[in-house]
Amino acid sequence: MVENQNCNDEETRSPGLLGPIRSIGRGIFNQFKIITGSAFGRIGLIGMTVFFIMAIFAPYLAPYLPYKETYHLNGDLAFLEPPSWEHLFGTTLMAQDLLSQIIWGTRRTLVIGLSAAFGAAFIGTNIGLIAGYFGGKVDLFLMRLTDIAYGLPFLPFAMVAVLIFGRGDMVLVLVISSILWRTTSRVIRSQVLTLKERPFISAAKTMGASSSRIIYRHIMPNVIPLSFLYSLIIAGDAVLIEASLSFLGLGNPNTISWGQILFYCFSSQRMRVAWWWGFFPGLCIVLLVLSAFFIGRSYEETINPRLREM
Amino acid sequence: MELRIFIVKRFLLMILTLFFIATIAFVLFRVMPGNPTAVVISPALDPEAKQALMHQFGLDKPLYVQYWLYISNLVKGDMGVSFRYREPVMEILWPRFINTLVLIGPAALLALIIGLLMGGLSAARRATKFDSITIVGSLTIKALPSFWTSMLALMLFAYILNWVPAAGMRTPGYEPKNFYDQFVNLDFLRHLILPLSIITLHFIAEPLMTMRNSMLETQGEDFIEMARAKGIGERKVIYNHWVRNALLPVVSIVPMMVGHIMGGEVLVETVFSWPGLGREIVNAVSLYDYPLAQASFFLLAVVVVGLNFISDIAYAALDPRIRLE
Repeated sequence: MVENQNCNDEETRSPGLLGPIRSIGRGIFNQFKIITGSAFGRIGLIGMTVFFIMAIFAPYLAPYLPYKETYHLNGDLAFLEPPSWEHLFGTTLMAQDLLSQIIWGTRRTLVIGLSAAFGAAFIGTNIGLIAGYFGGKVDLFLMRLTDIAYGLPFLPFAMVAVLIFGRGDMVLVLVISSILWRTTSRVIRSQVLTLKERPFISAAKTMGASSSRIIYRHIMPNVIPLSFLYSLIIAGDAVLIEASLSFLGLGNPNTISWGQILFYCFSSQRMRVAWWWGFFPGLCIVLLVLSAFFIGRSYEETINPRLREM
Repeated sequence: MELRIFIVKRFLLMILTLFFIATIAFVLFRVMPGNPTAVVISPALDPEAKQALMHQFGLDKPLYVQYWLYISNLVKGDMGVSFRYREPVMEILWPRFINTLVLIGPAALLALIIGLLMGGLSAARRATKFDSITIVGSLTIKALPSFWTSMLALMLFAYILNWVPAAGMRTPGYEPKNFYDQFVNLDFLRHLILPLSIITLHFIAEPLMTMRNSMLETQGEDFIEMARAKGIGERKVIYNHWVRNALLPVVSIVPMMVGHIMGGEVLVETVFSWPGLGREIVNAVSLYDYPLAQASFFLLAVVVVGLNFISDIAYAALDPRIRLE
């Protein structure tokens, strides 16, 4: 965290919008260096990049259309085909190409995971900033709220919310971020508690800066990188939760996602004959979530070198 | 602060949390699009019967009266009548709840024991192959969707190897002779082993990583050097001084673990058709059985919050510093 503090001193001297943006940018660049500095981080980054490429270039990468039936050369439907050169991951009961479904599914998985993580980071960072800065009764109230968010059994809560608000992507994102902010708010709060004792904050106070200015112009740039990294771990959890809800048949029925492919596989009862159908989508979930966790781990090692295996 | 005052404070906090969760449930089930009375009365009934029931349940009264009724019924343990079963929800949920407990109780205990042992070993053998394998292993376990591992285990052990039955809690047609016979017999154990192992596997990671981190944090502390300097054996230093102090943070993650287990439980029960609370909530949600969904949600919350309370007390009893804050 030492580097971040230097850029903040500079920021107090040069007012204007560019100041905080530049220091956030530099903060993120520093985090990038931290990530690439560890083996965990490098592996995670490579994994993430691969999935991003899959999501962005899905129309060019997928060999077939995700919902279209495929046929053998002799005109028969190619359903429940084991993996072959025509269908690298095999086909489903509806004769759809599994690889194409998985490639298209990456988009939705990433979009939901990242938006939920962004939402959670937004709520969590604000709550952490306010609780940490004001302290006292405000802090007590917000931290009790965090405790309650920890006390809710998450998956059942999400199921009940989907039952009431209907099945849709927006509902999923809101539900996931309305719970997962809890981790971020705790971490940010403890960071703010130490930051607010630093000299540059008292300097800003003596110069008559308002509370909101101190929080958002002086403290926030220092905690943004941290909340950015926590949102990666949250993104991993969000992907798992989206997959779980879709697996229970509570996802958006109009789009395709990895959890949903697994839901169709499980509910069709064809798992015992078509292992590939149940295997590959799950593998993708694991690899994506693991990439996010690995990046998070590389960061944890840096702030707490005792954890590193030397 | 005295321990007794601490317990009272925490107990009040627990009641407050439960009250809050009950209120969330009340609000959630009444803001839903369409007819909010659907929480208690099935929309399938004819209008006259509906009217009679509305009156009986007090649904023709203003919201704050309904809220009062809801809370006071909740305190009495009355959570309405299921649409699907047409029986009081608590009577339906109670046996399911027991079925869930026989699955997650042993699983949580096993996961905790194995996790602590492996975490401790990993820290003691830091930077060896064993250590790096446990780290990567537990990160991987955290990234595994539990329904997927259940599906794979089902495929391998039930379908391909045919070692265990694929679904349910007992072979159909089996009548238990008495209460103990329900759970202490070979047939039940054969059904139990697979879901139990999956849940255990999934919840090893959390205590393992916490134990390892906490062992490494306490590693250089003065009291360990002190113990060594006193010349007591290394084994004693490790177990009586190092491990004992490292155990504290693990106590504090137990509630979070329980929350996770409850989520995983829903998925594992679904895959293995285990007749527990988790599968019941899935059914209730997919069949729009609102009273049942509401009650199972609340019951799960009670378990999580209750264990939270117990672990808070345990932490405070073990570490007096906590009480002073």
